[in-house]
Amino acid sequence: MHILYPVVVSVLLFSIGIYGVLARRNTILVLMSVELMLNAVNLNLIAFNVWLEDRLLGGQVLSLFVIVIAAAELGVGLAIVLAVFRNRRTVDLDRLRDLSEPEPEHEGRGDGAAAKEGVGR
Amino acid sequence: MNEAPSYLSPTGHEIVFLLLGVVAVGAALLVVTTRQVVHAALWLVVCLGALAGCYLVLTAEFVAWVQVLIYVGAVVVLLLFGIMLTRAPIGRSADLNSGNRVVAAVVALATAVVLVTVVADGFRHAYVDLSPAGPVKQGTAEAVGAAVFRYWVLPFEALSVLLLAALIGAIVLSRTDIRGR
Repeated sequence: MHILYPVVVSVLLFSIGIYGVLARRNTILVLMSVELMLNAVNLNLIAFNVWLEDRLLGGQVLSLFVIVIAAAELGVGLAIVLAVFRNRRTVDLDRLRDLSEPEPEHEGRGDGAAAKEGVGR
Repeated sequence: MNEAPSYLSPTGHEIVFLLLGVVAVGAALLVVTTRQVVHAALWLVVCLGALAGCYLVLTAEFVAWVQVLIYVGAVVVLLLFGIMLTRAPIGRSADLNSGNRVVAAVVALATAVVLVTVVADGFRHAYVDLSPAGPVKQGTAEAVGAAVFRYWVLPFEALSVLLLAALIGAIVLSRTDIRGR
């Protein structure tokens, strides 16, 4: 097996994950794209573990650790998403703009108006 | 590590891997482009299952079954629960993509081109013999378990503490009857 094949598949999965993270608006879809990127890394780890014949099995053990960390990250991430949904009734990333710079000529929409008054520029 | 045969005469391993890889990449593309939220989660199942098959071809059987158990079994169910609890639209919805879709596509394409160029230049001659006559394979549960509990005990324990902390954090975040003082 040429190592190029798994590595190229992994690169393509990673790029697709980048596209998903940047282009999606729903937070849960962004989390799915993050999972895609983590899986691309796992494929890389396993391919190089097999290629280098690591006696400590570093690649496979590390990919197991990545799977566990992905599960933990998803648990906390979904808890945060649900908390956001409880407070705002939306999980659209475009509308969660409380931490953005207040724009002077901006029409006040939703919580942005209160944030602007708080800054008081 | 050995002398690499030509790319024009693929072995059975390579053909199976490429088919699974095409399925994985196609399903991943559907995950990030489909207009229905639930379908994205189901295509994610296809993608992760094909990746488990890729791990099997690469002789990492234990990781493949862990992938099936944790990713396909637990993570996707968790995502489906998240979709359900946030009352995502079940049918087609037009506004799943944000406005910077074109920029995202350009960034992703640029990343893909750069990385494919680099890895094609770096690993063109890398080859591993996966046939039974090749070097001994170490992907079984026995080998991985021995490696984890002989050489990787400390990271393993740290990871279990991390998992416990994440669990408690998720419970605290999602309970509504805990108030700050």
